[in-house]
Amino acid sequence: MNAVEEYKIIGDYLCVQMPKEIDHHNAESISEKIDQFIVKRNVNHVLFDFSETEFMDSSGIGILVGRYKKVACFQGKIYLIHMNAQIKKILSLSGIAKYMEILEER
Amino acid sequence: MKNQMHLEFSADSANESFARVTVAAFMMNLNPTVEELSDVKTAVSEAVTNAIIHGYEGKEGRISIRCKLEERTIDLEIEDKGKGISDIPKAMEPMFTTKPDLERSGMGFAFMEAFMDELEVTSTVNEGTTVHMKKRIGVLTPQDDFL
Ligand SMILES: Nc1ncnc2c1ncn2[C@@H]1O[C@H](COP(=O)(O)OP(=O)(O)OP(=O)(O)O)[C@@H](O)[C@H]1O
Ligand SMILES: [Mg+2]
Repeated sequence: MNAVEEYKIIGDYLCVQMPKEIDHHNAESISEKIDQFIVKRNVNHVLFDFSETEFMDSSGIGILVGRYKKVACFQGKIYLIHMNAQIKKILSLSGIAKYMEILEER
Repeated sequence: MKNQMHLEFSADSANESFARVTVAAFMMNLNPTVEELSDVKTAVSEAVTNAIIHGYEGKEGRISIRCKLEERTIDLEIEDKGKGISDIPKAMEPMFTTKPDLERSGMGFAFMEAFMDELEVTSTVNEGTTVHMKKRIGVLTPQDDFL
């Protein structure tokens, strides 16, 4: 389990391996790092991998909406993968799923 | 069965995870399902985060959580002595936020409402806010009706 998120660039995609828990405590620094990749490394699309994430609250919704607004300016997309039931539940309640590409596993 | 606890801690974002994990551990006696546990954790996280971001606006303060377990119900009161809410119905509308600059999306109360069975907010401007929530834990089997 990673306590801290990890970043990898593949082409014009940024892949973010999200941490075990996402809340207000770490959300801001995750958003800032992703924005640096978008600005400095010409990343167009962001893929969030939640395979290690056990918990996320509205702060995580804020990360996703904020990044969507950034990449949507240049037709970039947000991809979400490996979400557990809790994350899927808050995502569907928030109504933002329609703005993102949800990749189904296996 | 009636079991109670009272938790008081500093309004520090590092305590958000401490608060939800502690409440989750305390409610284990009720034999919650995985989903019930994560529902309660999410609701606690939302209320505590609101106290830190909106109640105290990042300044120092104390947050208190009173938790009661009764039969099959968890009863939670999360209180801050921060700036308070002037228009509670407005604040509780989904997507309403006073801090869009901080990437808040106004979903906190909507999640508390969806994940708990009861939600009641009381607040006085410049005195603070209390979020009172209840949730029944454990699925009722048909047999239980006769107990
Ligand atoms: N404890 C509190 N003290 C003062 N104001 C509060 C408190 N809790 C909530 N509010 C007010 O109610 C509004 C709505 O809260 P809610 O949690 O639904 O959304 P948010 O915190 O703004 O965004 P999100 O929870 O999605 O990050 C807040 O923007 C704030 O103005
Ligand atoms: Mg909130």
